[in-house]
Amino acid sequence: MNAPSPGTEVAYVDPQRRALVRQRARRNAFVGMASLIGFVIVVSVIVSRTPGWPVVQETFFNGEEFVKTFPGLLSAFMLNVRIFVIAEPLILILGLLVALARTLKSPIFLPVRVIATLYVDIFRGIPTILVIFLLGFGIPALRLAGFPNGAIFWGTAALVLSYGAYVAEVFRSGIDSVHPSQRMASRSLGLSSWQTNRYVVLPQAIRNVIPPLLNDFISLQKDTALVAVLGPIEVLRQAQIDTSSSFNYTPYVGAALIFIALTIPMTRFADWVQERSRRRRRAGGGA
Amino acid sequence: MSGSMLEVSGVWKSFEGHPVLRGLDLSIGHHQAVVLIGASGSGKSTLLRCINGLVMVDAGRIVLDGELDITSFDTDMDAARRRIGIVFQSYNLFPHMSVLDNVALAPRKVLGRSKAECIDTARALLARFGLESKAGEYPDRLSGGQAQRVAIVRALAMEPELMLFDEITSALDPLLVGEVLEAVRELKESGLTLLMATHEMGFAREVADKVCFLKDGIVLEQGTPEVIFSAPEREETREFLARVLG
Repeated sequence: MNAPSPGTEVAYVDPQRRALVRQRARRNAFVGMASLIGFVIVVSVIVSRTPGWPVVQETFFNGEEFVKTFPGLLSAFMLNVRIFVIAEPLILILGLLVALARTLKSPIFLPVRVIATLYVDIFRGIPTILVIFLLGFGIPALRLAGFPNGAIFWGTAALVLSYGAYVAEVFRSGIDSVHPSQRMASRSLGLSSWQTNRYVVLPQAIRNVIPPLLNDFISLQKDTALVAVLGPIEVLRQAQIDTSSSFNYTPYVGAALIFIALTIPMTRFADWVQERSRRRRRAGGGA
Repeated sequence: MSGSMLEVSGVWKSFEGHPVLRGLDLSIGHHQAVVLIGASGSGKSTLLRCINGLVMVDAGRIVLDGELDITSFDTDMDAARRRIGIVFQSYNLFPHMSVLDNVALAPRKVLGRSKAECIDTARALLARFGLESKAGEYPDRLSGGQAQRVAIVRALAMEPELMLFDEITSALDPLLVGEVLEAVRELKESGLTLLMATHEMGFAREVADKVCFLKDGIVLEQGTPEVIFSAPEREETREFLARVLG
């Protein structure tokens, strides 16, 4: 086949070159697969020949124990899902409000700004598990009227407060990432400071921080297990109970698998979103 | 109408101790087109930003239409900016909005007009500048010339009494400069008062009623384009023109 005449409006690729490119891609895929399989075989052989392997297999990868405890773990995991689903929107709202509070400039808002800054400093500085202990054991002891005393309530509240501080910082970095010339252009059109935030800065800021926010979601899914320290029977607590009755650790592996089944798709999704926004920003350029 | 559209008197502005404007005076009549020329750093951009209230002056007064003192601490700057449009070198369109929304946003939110009315007006303005087919596009799909014309339309949608142009062709591919200057020419013909910082000397000569040469933060020499470009009095003006005109 001959090349089209120069200047013709078609995307022309030399068929011979195209064939070579495809051949090379196939070879690369084959080499990669073979190398991966070889690696897995070598590692399995080494591990299965270690002297302790039979015992480890019996205590951590016991099929019978797995089948027996897995359904219980799954239903306990529904509590983790519930905590996550309730906490996440509250975290987003709290984080956004705190980030906005910290951008307020008018002197009358000084108390708001001080409180927001203190909140972020304090809750970002305390380990999440400690916040859960303090709220979960401390506040019910106060016997406040009108507040529920449940461990699940205070455990979730602690997660919201702890993650809210992180997410507020993520939002703030998003707000900072919008170029000052955008704010200037908006103000020059007569939009007020608040309108500029609402219509120009925030929509761009939120778009910029979606990937890091997704990372925090993944982290939160895992940290729902920390609520176990207050006693509610979620998946980690359930696995603990199972292991202490049978002296077999397989339920822990089961619990880990449940978390992974949820977090891996979420991680891939976050990667995809990140890659997409990176590509879009590169294509977007100037304007 | 009597008096001037804009009266700048004795304006000083420094950044971190470095003086940029040093007691600058400037007067612009109604419907006049005034062009600011001068080397980078002579204070052109800073002056335009002071007039728009984006930068606060250190001393002096800027009065719009004989009645609104932009430099007063009691002036509602959001209200003042509605009357003064500005177009920047780097377009600064809002990348998350379509061209139409870029243009309609401020009239809608600031002037409180209905959505339908703002969209109609925006479409009509875009059509006037040959941009009707771009209404639904996002800014990253526009050429530099189109983006800058949209920025002009966006400022125009607020129906300003005075338009400021801050080197609006400096970031453009030379092939695209013409279409943007054509838009400015049309504004001039419509009678809008213009103040324009530019390096396009040919255009300045054609469109300006008055040319001001800025150096070291003051207007060193001003006059009609014929005088400034053909028979400047000051040695510095002659040197500057010799350099930019090659």
